[in-house]
Amino acid sequence: MENDELIPAEDFCMYHNIEYSFISSLEDSGLIRVTALEQHTFIPADELQKLEKFVRLHYDLDINLEGIETINHLLEKIDQMNKEILQLRNKVIG
Amino acid sequence: MDFVDYYKTLGVAKNASADDIKKAYRKLARKFHPDVNPNDKEAHKKFQQINEAHEVLSDPEKRKKYDQYGENWKHADQYEQARQQQQQAGGGFGGFGGGGFGNFGGGEYTYSDGGDEGGFSDFFESLFGGSRGRRSQSKYRGQDYNAELQLSLTDAYTTHKQTLTINGKNVRITIPAGVENGQQIKLKGYGSPGANGGPNGDLFITFVITNNTGFKREGNDLFKTEDLDLYTALLGGEKTIDTMKGKIKLKVNPETQNGTKVRLKGKGFPVYKKEGEFGDLYITWDVKLPTNLTQKQKDLFTELSKLSS
Repeated sequence: MENDELIPAEDFCMYHNIEYSFISSLEDSGLIRVTALEQHTFIPADELQKLEKFVRLHYDLDINLEGIETINHLLEKIDQMNKEILQLRNKVIG
Repeated sequence: MDFVDYYKTLGVAKNASADDIKKAYRKLARKFHPDVNPNDKEAHKKFQQINEAHEVLSDPEKRKKYDQYGENWKHADQYEQARQQQQQAGGGFGGFGGGGFGNFGGGEYTYSDGGDEGGFSDFFESLFGGSRGRRSQSKYRGQDYNAELQLSLTDAYTTHKQTLTINGKNVRITIPAGVENGQQIKLKGYGSPGANGGPNGDLFITFVITNNTGFKREGNDLFKTEDLDLYTALLGGEKTIDTMKGKIKLKVNPETQNGTKVRLKGKGFPVYKKEGEFGDLYITWDVKLPTNLTQKQKDLFTELSKLSS
């Protein structure tokens, strides 16, 4: 993986004014992936959108980690169902 | 621009405490937040309204201003100016007391922004200006980057340019002759970009110098041990030796003892950032005794031995 696809976790924390421990907790829960390189933690660019969403849920809405896990699970489920609805709708119309 | 009743938006009373406002906001935000309502424009719009109301009512200054001017908010700045002028003139201020909140009911509010969750109404922009923040975003200096640059001692002997790739960017640097192993140089502004307009971090390059020569380096001085045959050591002569700049001929004094150290001034390593200045080269003679002597050599050494005793 190229360096330019990775965002230093430290930079992310400074930018969003959050604690690194939050990222660490998300990683421990399997909600995001991070990469460790030479004693530094980096966030893959493709995880950024998801991570920012979790930051908003936690810091803006005061939702704890367990709540974020539940919401994430339900959102994934909704997304899957929406796809199925679309497929079925296309089938009916077609 | 229509007037917006922020208290109504959050569903709280006008005398609600800061804690009540916070609770009401959290409750509504959890329900309408775009992250939990993907692709729901109505929810997004509602969230904008909630967010705007919270932005004002959670800030004591803004809430005070909002409470104070009520429906006369459009003239808030003029009122402020008038009040200040009157205060300066010593006249006090009592010119208006206006609408307050009694007249708020039924006001509809419109949004100037369609999709962005951060969009605030014209009402908000007029009253409080455009800037606001979810969390306070101070200016942060970018992170410093650290890189190691491997050089050979021969590389470090001359000033040269080298191109490094730092996070996908090519950085061309000039490495002055005489750089030390472990020495660090700073390239200002070549680190991570700053956040919220903060300055970029710096790039620190640490030189790791591997010795690819037979010289030992101590600061600007170089040291080398050279073999010297017994006969040259005893009788004197010349010996060709390597320096960093090439070969030189060195005169060997007669009766040179094993371990004798010779200093060659200015033949050492360049002094960092001092062009034309060099350290010294120290040559230590390691006198080698002949081996596999012939019978004739043995006889001659025996004779020599008798002469010496």
